[in-house]
Amino acid sequence: MIKVENLTKHYGEICAVNDIGFEIHKGEILGLLGPNGAGKTTFMRILTCYLNPTAGTIQVKDFNIKDHPLEIKQMMGYLPENAPLYPDMLVYDYLQYIADIRQLDKATKLLRINQLAGTCAIREVMHQPIGELSKGYKQRVGLAQAMMGDPEILVLDEPTSGLDPNQIIEIREIIKKIGKEKTIILSTHILSEAEATCDRVVIINKGKIVADSNIEDLKQSLGKESVIILAFRNTDFAAVQKVLSQVAGVAAVEKNDSNEGVLAVNVTCKTRDDIRNQIYAAIKKQDWQLLEFYQQIRSLENIFRELTKEN
Amino acid sequence: MKNIRHILVKELKSYFIAPIAYIVIAIFLLITGWFFFSTFFLYNQASLRNFFGLLPLIFSFIIPAVTMRLFSEEINIGSYEILMTLPLTFTEVIVGKFLAAVAFVMIMLLPTLSYTITIAMLGKLDLGPIIGGYIGAILLGALFSAIGLLASALTRNQIIAFIIGMSVCFALTLIDKMLFFLPESLLGVMENIGADFHFQNIAKGIIDSRDILYFVSASFVALYAGNLVMQGKK
Repeated sequence: MIKVENLTKHYGEICAVNDIGFEIHKGEILGLLGPNGAGKTTFMRILTCYLNPTAGTIQVKDFNIKDHPLEIKQMMGYLPENAPLYPDMLVYDYLQYIADIRQLDKATKLLRINQLAGTCAIREVMHQPIGELSKGYKQRVGLAQAMMGDPEILVLDEPTSGLDPNQIIEIREIIKKIGKEKTIILSTHILSEAEATCDRVVIINKGKIVADSNIEDLKQSLGKESVIILAFRNTDFAAVQKVLSQVAGVAAVEKNDSNEGVLAVNVTCKTRDDIRNQIYAAIKKQDWQLLEFYQQIRSLENIFRELTKEN
Repeated sequence: MKNIRHILVKELKSYFIAPIAYIVIAIFLLITGWFFFSTFFLYNQASLRNFFGLLPLIFSFIIPAVTMRLFSEEINIGSYEILMTLPLTFTEVIVGKFLAAVAFVMIMLLPTLSYTITIAMLGKLDLGPIIGGYIGAILLGALFSAIGLLASALTRNQIIAFIIGMSVCFALTLIDKMLFFLPESLLGVMENIGADFHFQNIAKGIIDSRDILYFVSASFVALYAGNLVMQGKK
């Protein structure tokens, strides 16, 4: 449905998006992950025809962003970061204005506004000025705005940033609900959000794609090593290192922390096989006081940090 | 075409939702009323010549104050991003906002018709210069709105937009009064560049196509430049 080809964007000397290419399929919820300044917003702005790329192109269905921006804008709804709306306007007037620009006829317009007021749970603030709304409501009005023309593609730039945990869950629920019918591209740097809502993630760092797959595959492919966390009381690290290094499958034993007589140790395993039994057997033979013993599950957080860390 | 109307209506409504419209109109009426009537009885003539004589100078700072927010505010709060990703063309956006500003100028001029009525009751009024004056005022208002709009598209700071707009409008108003500084060969050209010169021609009640053409083409140039500025932001 959307094909990104060799997309590059320079702001003067700075390269915000550097020769990226990928495809987005119909009905997919794609999460665009990356640290701040990675190029997510720039990519979204190019996709929504707000910015022109320096090189490369994006093809949406049969349309090209350079030659057919109007057709593309017609099938796209966009919510920029922080939902920048007109503070003086009433929510209802604003939605009506957007519906007018989206060329909805009078009957459809009223129906659609009513429908979106329900979906986005903004019915009670319809006659309030946007400037007086809380951030959560503003975000929901922004979302209603983006969905007004019943677009096939929804582009949401950090839709939950700055919201409280309850509002985050509400917005996520809305996104999931709409995602059943529409193609959604959302950017975030909250990884649990991507994990909770997206089918697929593309991780961008410094304008380049560093990973592109569904979350499970990503965890699998990068999860070659697992880490076991141990904590002992009144135990010497050298002794622990000596014993555990001899267990088959252990790659490294590192001191993580040591204070008030508690020694924390990270054991990195070479394989993905579970070697907890062997490690436990080795510990049991010693006279050590074991306080903690658990395998660290490779979360998206770790993967993200690994992929986007400096150098 | 429909989209231009939607933008026009929205912008015009925004003027009247915020107190800006009321403040600007009040200041405009206060200044024009004061300057006009303070000397009106001294001349002992039933004409609005003094009112129209002052208008370019007053418009030079009133209209940039009306137009300064049109783009600057949108760019500053970020709603420009949503606006530009709606299925609209640059031309629709700029023409819609421009027409809203012109409509506002017309609304602002409306209460001054009461001056005409008052004076008509006091003596015999020549309608030609009045009609010419109002047509000229609308054309002048349109040109200054286009310039103000261009200034607004240049910056996210409304005060800077106001200062740029006001400087250009002042220059166009005063240029034909500064001609003694210039070499003789430039006089004709510079006189024709001045907005006040063309406005005063129309305000005499003589509607000359050259003056109309000046206002139309100068407004077009300013709007086109605004369009280029917006495209440059992409």
